[in-house]
Amino acid sequence: MAYGAGVDVGSTQTKAVIINEQRGIVARALIDTGANVVLAAENAYAEALKSINLDEREVEYVVGTGYGRYKVTFGDTQITEISCHGRGAVHMFPGTRTVVDMGGQDTKAIRVSPTGEILDFCMNDKCAAGTGRFLGAAASALEIPLGELGQVALRAEKAVKISTTCTVFAESEVVSWLGKGKKVEDILLGVHQSIASRSLGLMRRVGVEPEVTFTGGVTLNIGMVTALNELLGFKVNVSEESHYMGALGAALFAMDRILAGRVPAKESVA
Amino acid sequence: MSDHQSADGIVGRGAREGADMFRDWFQHLTLAPQRGEKSAYVFVMGSMAEILRVFDFHTVFPEINSLQTAVRRVAHEYLNVAEDYGYSPDICGYVKADVAMQLQGGRHPMGTIPKPNLAVYTNACNTYIKWAEIWERFYHVPIFTLDVPGTRTAGGQTWSGHPDFENDKQYVAAQITELIEVCEQVSGKKFDIDRLREIMGYANQMTRAWKRVLELNQSVPAVFNALTDGTVYLGMANGFRGTKEGADYFNRLVEEMEYKAANHLGTVSDEKYRLIFVGVPCYPIFRRFNEMFTEHGGAFISSTYLWFASGGTNLGFEYDLSRPLDSLAEGVLISVREAMDAMFFQERRIIDMVEPYRVDGVVYHPIKSCRTTSTGQADNRRAVLAACDVGSLFIESDMMDKRVVSEAQLKNRIDAFFEGLATRKTMKAVAGQGLDSR
Repeated sequence: MAYGAGVDVGSTQTKAVIINEQRGIVARALIDTGANVVLAAENAYAEALKSINLDEREVEYVVGTGYGRYKVTFGDTQITEISCHGRGAVHMFPGTRTVVDMGGQDTKAIRVSPTGEILDFCMNDKCAAGTGRFLGAAASALEIPLGELGQVALRAEKAVKISTTCTVFAESEVVSWLGKGKKVEDILLGVHQSIASRSLGLMRRVGVEPEVTFTGGVTLNIGMVTALNELLGFKVNVSEESHYMGALGAALFAMDRILAGRVPAKESVA
Repeated sequence: MSDHQSADGIVGRGAREGADMFRDWFQHLTLAPQRGEKSAYVFVMGSMAEILRVFDFHTVFPEINSLQTAVRRVAHEYLNVAEDYGYSPDICGYVKADVAMQLQGGRHPMGTIPKPNLAVYTNACNTYIKWAEIWERFYHVPIFTLDVPGTRTAGGQTWSGHPDFENDKQYVAAQITELIEVCEQVSGKKFDIDRLREIMGYANQMTRAWKRVLELNQSVPAVFNALTDGTVYLGMANGFRGTKEGADYFNRLVEEMEYKAANHLGTVSDEKYRLIFVGVPCYPIFRRFNEMFTEHGGAFISSTYLWFASGGTNLGFEYDLSRPLDSLAEGVLISVREAMDAMFFQERRIIDMVEPYRVDGVVYHPIKSCRTTSTGQADNRRAVLAACDVGSLFIESDMMDKRVVSEAQLKNRIDAFFEGLATRKTMKAVAGQGLDSR
């Protein structure tokens, strides 16, 4: 049995996924990236291996992805997380034509072919407005655990219109609404709607074609899933693996290389 | 390639000679005041060099001066001075670098830039007008606005013989007559139509050669890099317009490019993807910016920058020397309009280039400190993608300000762009063989 692995070193968290020849996930790990990117990649990969008592030598190919992909020193090659999220999303949801990936530092809209190739993509610019980091800043300002933000937002009665999604100004924006007597849940719903709206803008740049698959760490936030569903008018695909989609895509590319290497060259084309 | 270089010295000649001539050009500017020679500040879109050379004005291009500070990695020093002086971080970086240079007595990495005796500018960029007003306040010199009618609607250009065009031409011609009067006053010299005819003849040679150089990049591999080599050629096209040296330079450049085309000599060791660049390059990390494409085998075969920053001379309009003033008005109208169209309506030309130039992808590069060249790029991109099957990349940085240039983010997007281009090629190859791409 051959194994392939993908290690996604993101700005906030590092994810590792190991798959078997049937492209099924056999192990996964997630840790905070921290300051030492090389170590984060090593630790996430080691944790995934350890979780199934797998020897590193049994993994034939490793693909690094994410901003820190070149720091995956034990990797065999690097592929951008844009390609990896596209590949992972189509693997999990074959009907996917548009991917929206919301991570800690950036949000991407990706248009993919039925086979997972990237046809077009668009990202937020250097500013982290409208990304997961904004939710983190809002959570901090409201002293609510990040994992509970979505649930709280869903209790809202009337969303506050949040005009800015600037992460730097998140705290003052939230505090100013609190000062005006607005309820925490109404502010939070506004925050979610604002970010969802910004993401929709990115999706429109590449063309919103259903099915839309939502990937990245913010998929864990039910409030954001709901906001996207309402804005799009249909349900986005989300799975338990959505947080790992970049690493999964990387592992799928790794398995491609492994299997391609076993096929004689003249047969590989046909 | 080195064999060819050592054998005949022709390959790379344009870049070498261009760099040498440009250094000399800055030296002439530095020495102009002590020689009692006068300078006119002008812009790349409608420099009016043909008229100004009749009166022996040095033409000074503040846009080129400013971009040189970025290429030489000192732009931030100038931007800081201008911002300390009160200019906003959000306005044109070229303006700020120029203001800082003026505040420092013309100090520039390439020499000392003389103060203006006159400034001449068109409406091709709205910033030109306010920029010239700064010099007017600084130096109390005449400034002259040449108002050139632009394209009213996409694809709505009119040409010689059409009533709208003839009216527009008369409007421009009347302004040129006024400009000549201003030049006579400032220079103290009389207008000489034979001198104008001679200068226009050299401009014709340059324009003809420039158009040919651009067309020669249909060759595979591309014979010049539209981003890096192209910037040198643009400097020459502007600084030496209407001169014998400029005409000779471009004629020799054609010779070099034809030689490279005949011998299949490219600019990238392994050309895999042929790209068009839209907008102004990222000068603060110019070399690295280019490398991020070339390391994937990407070759820039053309650029809208080569169109608008050559003042629209890419179109190849040549003056009729038997009627110089009338023909000059016609040429200014057509070329400056073309420069504006290259910024605002570039999609049609790009679509038409895809097949003959074998274009794989289009790179859109809006920049923070120039909204004129950036606004509309997203819409133009959409139009191009709707019309033809090419890859596309949309990246944002700046032409001057490295504070808003994020190399890691650029690289991430550029890498993904090439991954997509590779996939496209594979899918096309598979489709061509009648195979299922799965």
